[in-house]
Amino acid sequence: MQAQVLEGGFANLPVDTSYAFRAIMTAMARPGEIAQVRGATPPAPMSLAAGVVVLTLCDPETPVYLAASHDTQQVSDWITFHTGAPITQAQGAMFALGAWDDLPLADFPHGTAEYPDRSATVIVETQKLSNNGTVLCGPGIKDHTHLSLPETQAFQANATLFPLGLDFIFTCDDRLAALPRTTRVG
Amino acid sequence: MSDYNFAYLDEQTKRMIRRAILKGLAIPGYQVPFASREMPMPYGWGTGGVQVSAAVLTPDDTFKVIDQGADDTTNAVSIRRFFQKTAGVAVTEATAEASVIQTRHRIPEQDLRADQILVYQVPIPEPLRFLEPSEVETRKMHALEEYGLMHVKLYEDISQHGDIATAYAYPVKVEGRYVMDPSPIPKFDNPKLEMAGIQLFGAGREQRIYAIPPYTQVVSLDFDDYPFQPTKADHACDLCGAEESYLDELIMDDAGGRMFMCSDTDYCATRRKQGHVGAQGVPYKEDAA
Amino acid sequence: MYVAVKGGERAIDNAHAWLAEERRGDLDVPELSVAQIREQMTLAVNRVMAEGSLYDPNLAALAIKQARGDLIEAIFLIRAYRTTLPRFGGSNPVETETMQCERRVSATFKDAPGGQVLGPTFDYTHRLLDFKLAADGDAADVAVSEPHRGATPHIMSFLDREDLIQTEPAGDDVPDDLTRTPLELPASRALRLQSLTRGDEGFILGMAYSTQRGYARNHAFVAELRIGSVAVEMDIPELGFAIEIGEITVTECETVNQFQGSKTQPPQFTRGYGLVFGMTERKAISMALVDRALRWKELGEDNLGAPAQDEEFVLYHSDNIQATGFLEHIKLPHYVDFQSELELIRKLRREAHDTISREAAE
Repeated sequence: MQAQVLEGGFANLPVDTSYAFRAIMTAMARPGEIAQVRGATPPAPMSLAAGVVVLTLCDPETPVYLAASHDTQQVSDWITFHTGAPITQAQGAMFALGAWDDLPLADFPHGTAEYPDRSATVIVETQKLSNNGTVLCGPGIKDHTHLSLPETQAFQANATLFPLGLDFIFTCDDRLAALPRTTRVG
Repeated sequence: MSDYNFAYLDEQTKRMIRRAILKGLAIPGYQVPFASREMPMPYGWGTGGVQVSAAVLTPDDTFKVIDQGADDTTNAVSIRRFFQKTAGVAVTEATAEASVIQTRHRIPEQDLRADQILVYQVPIPEPLRFLEPSEVETRKMHALEEYGLMHVKLYEDISQHGDIATAYAYPVKVEGRYVMDPSPIPKFDNPKLEMAGIQLFGAGREQRIYAIPPYTQVVSLDFDDYPFQPTKADHACDLCGAEESYLDELIMDDAGGRMFMCSDTDYCATRRKQGHVGAQGVPYKEDAA
Repeated sequence: MYVAVKGGERAIDNAHAWLAEERRGDLDVPELSVAQIREQMTLAVNRVMAEGSLYDPNLAALAIKQARGDLIEAIFLIRAYRTTLPRFGGSNPVETETMQCERRVSATFKDAPGGQVLGPTFDYTHRLLDFKLAADGDAADVAVSEPHRGATPHIMSFLDREDLIQTEPAGDDVPDDLTRTPLELPASRALRLQSLTRGDEGFILGMAYSTQRGYARNHAFVAELRIGSVAVEMDIPELGFAIEIGEITVTECETVNQFQGSKTQPPQFTRGYGLVFGMTERKAISMALVDRALRWKELGEDNLGAPAQDEEFVLYHSDNIQATGFLEHIKLPHYVDFQSELELIRKLRREAHDTISREAAE
């Protein structure tokens, strides 16, 4: 195992994860709001923010799917070493990580009528994350807001599945924003 | 207590609770099952709220705990001390100064800001439980959005009593989908469920977490000809004179004499500091109250 | 003039001080040591370990001392401590066939390999208060024989050989852990058994008794009840083999129940199973009966509507820590809710009076 794999985790786990979770939770509760996070140094091409999300939320009980963009030995070793999360096929994923074009959205679990929470959370790595872009409204948003999204149609389709559906976290460098299934896009 | 992890719970437990909170926020009003842990306080005494608070608190937070609206009730004191010891967080009784507020049975009178989080302790999270005791059945009802039973119950109230006979834990529909138990808050508080802050609900014994994101539509169930009405005692606070706050009723003497005072003790004290005096109140002095 | 009451903090501190004083009792009476409780109150210690889901006689004895002998309170202390312990892994299943039996009885065969061993049982004591114990508790010398070494085959294995008892599917799947995943219904048998083994002894006993009295009656024979120590082993991946990490005393009960059969399958006996930490035979037998009653669906029996057949009812109400917490929470202030009910009932009564007097006037 390379030294790089062993490094890049949180220095003070309970405290670092508490700040990281607050940022992620606030993002999920306020779709479109961009938060800054710190503390993780994952191997490329993973962003710092994606590293923080994985360290904060993943463990041996959460299978992770790596899209082609992120399916490298280094990334998978880093995730396994720091969280114990098993790397899995899309159908069994609780978390998915990768570039937008490489994510097989239809294959991820979307929840069941009795347990809509059993759906994947998709961490989308983006080159750009700003409040210029598509109009968002719905729970967590006062009136409306804007977010740069890779496309709109997929999110519109996802919202129609409510209460089933996927939840998204967009990551870019040390910043993140979220888009749960309840957000109406465009 | 320094042998325990920050905020008592181990990291794996916190992760599990945190994942449940995120799904709860993504599906407002839906009860997410979680593997509630045994806490060093009894089930039914706020273990759900305590686990949610433990998963949410950061060292920078200022924590407030209320029970029945009051900071000084014994169980509120006990929970506040628990987090002082295990998380080392700052604590306050002032609603405006708190970043995380754990509550049992009340929503503070003062509107919460966007940067505040309200954590509710929930005894029975299932709004349909008293109509249908089986979890298997109620889960199906939520899946099918089959809430007829609830409307029948409310309607029977009206035919029997001429009014909906539910005064607290009054059921709501969240974002037009899930019927939710707002915990046993008086129905007076229901309109405040649409707020700027994040609301998280924890039921430890029943192993459920649910949430309402800010600015989410929360509608108290009613009928066109019997609209929902938040009610309170028809008095002003005898200590601070407030007319719009929820009141506790105290029995003062053997003859059954009554007085009314704000259930939200911080709200009352703040008003008294500002110089408001009720019919039986005394001007505010430090240390006196 | 009214000044609001405060003092919750001071009241709590004083209550704790008073509690400590009551716990100690009369200072002229020597203080109980944890070792005394561990050695002389062993059945209480066993119950606390079983329902606390933590095998540690010293901690259980400490909990009993701290709880002033309130066993549910002691179980609560153990449970709360247990959740804070780091988790290193899971053990391999214990092999009860290799148990060093202190007690082993079968009601279904007069004798069998391994023999009947009465062991240290209350069974045939006449329940007469022994006033000698009040003065002097030293045990008389008793004859000691060589313990039986080696495996004691399960009585059930003899029925198995003749195919007279329904076989349980073997599986290497790791079952869900009741303490780590939220209970979901219908629950697997493994989860049901976990719930029963830590369930309240009184509740499980009552449920079991109800099946004997006709609520989902299914007559049970105790094929075997055995109590003794078993080794606990754990696979160590770095070593590539399992090592013994300790030894625990457990009570195991297997019941033979009336048979079932169908056109395609000849009749077979069925079984109920109980396995509990420590010397806890009342609990283990009760567990086996309730286990059997809960198996109606998988064995193709009718749901008779009996409480012991209702998985949701049994599993959701067997845990005494959940039950006592929720029961006792009604001591907490509820005056806000009560106030809302007060207002409502006053309003309803006012409206009813108005209606009555209006109708009287008409």
